[in-house]
Amino acid sequence: MTDTVAVTIQRGAAGETPRDDIFTVPYREGMSLLDALIWIRAHADPTLAFRYSCINANSCKECVVSVEGRTEYACTTRLTGGAVSVRPIGNKRLLRDLATDTVPPKEKFAAQD
Amino acid sequence: MADADTHLETDVLVVGAGGAGMYAAIAAARGGARVLLLDKSLVGRGGATIMAQMTVAVAMGEQAPDHWTRHHADTLTAGRGLCDEVLAALLCREGPDRIREMDEWGVGWTREDGHLKQVMAPGHDRPRCVFVDFLNTGPAVAKTLRGKVAKTDGITRVSNLSVTSLVTHDGRVAGAVALDLAKGNPVTIAAGAVVLAAGGLTRLYRRNSASVNMGGESYALALDAGASLIDMEFVQFFPIGHLAPRLVGMDPIMWDPFRYKLGGRLLNGNMEEFIHHYGATDSGAYTAPRDVTSYAIVREVAAGRGSPHGGAYLSFEHIGEAALRDAFGPVIDRLARNGIDLAQGPVEVAPIAHYHMGGIRVDERMASDVPGLYAAGEAVGGANGANRLSGNAITEALVFGEVAGRNAARDRIAPVWDAAWAEKAVSDITRLSMPIDTASGPAFGILFSELQNLLWDKVGLSRDEQRLTAALSRIRNMRSVDLPALHPRDSGPFAMGVQEWFDLRAALATAEAITVSALNRTESRGAHQREDMPATDPAQAHNQRIRRAGDDELVLDTIPVRRATIDTVSRGAAE
Ligand SMILES: Cc1cc2nc3c(=O)[nH]c(=O)nc-3n(C[C@H](O)[C@H](O)[C@H](O)COP(=O)(O)OP(=O)(O)OC[C@H]3O[C@@H](n4cnc5c(N)ncnc54)[C@H](O)[C@@H]3O)c2cc1C
Ligand code: FES
Repeated sequence: MTDTVAVTIQRGAAGETPRDDIFTVPYREGMSLLDALIWIRAHADPTLAFRYSCINANSCKECVVSVEGRTEYACTTRLTGGAVSVRPIGNKRLLRDLATDTVPPKEKFAAQD
Repeated sequence: MADADTHLETDVLVVGAGGAGMYAAIAAARGGARVLLLDKSLVGRGGATIMAQMTVAVAMGEQAPDHWTRHHADTLTAGRGLCDEVLAALLCREGPDRIREMDEWGVGWTREDGHLKQVMAPGHDRPRCVFVDFLNTGPAVAKTLRGKVAKTDGITRVSNLSVTSLVTHDGRVAGAVALDLAKGNPVTIAAGAVVLAAGGLTRLYRRNSASVNMGGESYALALDAGASLIDMEFVQFFPIGHLAPRLVGMDPIMWDPFRYKLGGRLLNGNMEEFIHHYGATDSGAYTAPRDVTSYAIVREVAAGRGSPHGGAYLSFEHIGEAALRDAFGPVIDRLARNGIDLAQGPVEVAPIAHYHMGGIRVDERMASDVPGLYAAGEAVGGANGANRLSGNAITEALVFGEVAGRNAARDRIAPVWDAAWAEKAVSDITRLSMPIDTASGPAFGILFSELQNLLWDKVGLSRDEQRLTAALSRIRNMRSVDLPALHPRDSGPFAMGVQEWFDLRAALATAEAITVSALNRTESRGAHQREDMPATDPAQAHNQRIRRAGDDELVLDTIPVRRATIDTVSRGAAE
């Protein structure tokens, strides 16, 4: 078993040319992709943007990302060591990095005007 | 002068859209107010309410004859003499109305033989707790309220708007300043009344059942606005939080419903039952109070009788596969995906920070000490005293939300605003949103986990003067040295670093309030266990109140517990 995971993440804000960053994250038995993203933000790159709220419960449904081309929840995607590649989901407007505009239309700020 | 780009105006501003905030919004709109309902995360998804998988305590009397005064008596017993009896009565008396109303709105409480099914839970004298199968109580409550909020005229919802400060003028709350997370801009909001329903604080502890949004912001916002808090030393630790093997995609406290339904056996590292050594019983029936169980597990671990990861074993092996599947259906498959087979082996569990009994001091209208400022839900202190009865928190969120929203709408004034009142709070956001080049200075992730470790080790399940004093001095040092030096590294859309700065500020203010209160309570009672003062001192059967004096200093005093005879309480109901 490997003791690190290579996480490739598509970076950039809307309108910028996307780039891929690769992070080497310590592997812990049973860890989720969300664990890895939180680790990266805390220890490797405090500018990485992604959405999440409930961490373990899989109830908020905020953490949707595209993992190896499939739409998944980061918190229920288990890492098995080796490598993984993550992008923002394609059917929502990109904010930055993995964060997309998933707020329901009626809960948006613009709904104010 | 720093101006916000966007200014909003509303009759009633509700901060936080969990169970309490959504109910408050509905009640305020029913009272004829225009309501603005904000959440830093997504409306109805960001907090504890949607994560709660278990039960709601209410004297419905459907499973067995019951009366709210019985529920009240159990609540006071669990609270170890410190419950605000008037708030507790409100919770117990109005709980059934909220549960019936939610039933009409289609929440889908589990039924059996034509009546609501109510189950036994620790500390209750009879089966009293309603729920939604399977482990779906919180998601069903959140979904129902989201739907009702959406259908209620007069409520505007905004997600990803995070309140960073309340704005006061002449001693009255006038509105708030918020960070628009998607853009990174400050927003000002004028309001005729404000309901603070931003939830609890358990994220401040290393081991917790929290989402990222339970970092004590309610308490910090209230303190800064001039409100008082009570009972801040009483943080509830859920005794049997999941410890090992790693469980992904499930609520870490989900073993409780297993125990309600199936019993299960709690064993130490030597596979022996142990709760009976600590003055409670637990063999197969789940009746030991939470504080006793937490304490017993910690003591067993300290005595070298813990499970391999530092907790206790929870075993359902004797229940059998068929009975397990019968009781939990699809949950058994979710466990299997996590590599857990309860018929084959035990899991490991340990205490985990779960709920906060203390909070904003309010009267029976949910009004704080600051005119125009109301509070609801876990943000409120008092109803549960030194220890909360299982299932009371969702009832509290629904009941107090309704009361707060109703009174905020009734007592609101026409919103008034002057940008100068909000200038400092707006400029904080503007300053933090400026990108900086340097990568030096402290990092949020490191500081926040240091704080979580500090509270877990020194202000957690077992406390003493020396550790509390050490924690307090480090917390104060973090507030004066590390926080000012912290600057977000990211900027622009979804710059989490700006939010993180405010998270740390709120966390430190709240941590200081907990620690000061814990130091000053020189006894053990309920969730507050002092190793150096193990006895309960009858002379300390009072609440501790904490407020800000000047800009920074906290002042603490004691106030008598508000008592109520059932008579006065019932008369109050008639209004
Ligand atoms: C995992 C778990 C399981 C539980 N199980 C049960 C149970 O079975 N039975 C029971 O009775 N209780 C249970 N509890 C406790 C109960 O769920 C909570 O006490 C209750 O839901 C609190 O409701 P609330 O509306 O006050 O807060 P929350 O539901 O936490 O909502 C607060 C909201 O405020 C938002 N917010 C925070 N800060 C800000 C800000 N600055 N600006 C804007 N928005 C903000 C948050 O994003 C969140 O959405 C459980 C708690 C947890 C964590
Ligand atoms: S973090 Fe909440 S569902 Fe993934």
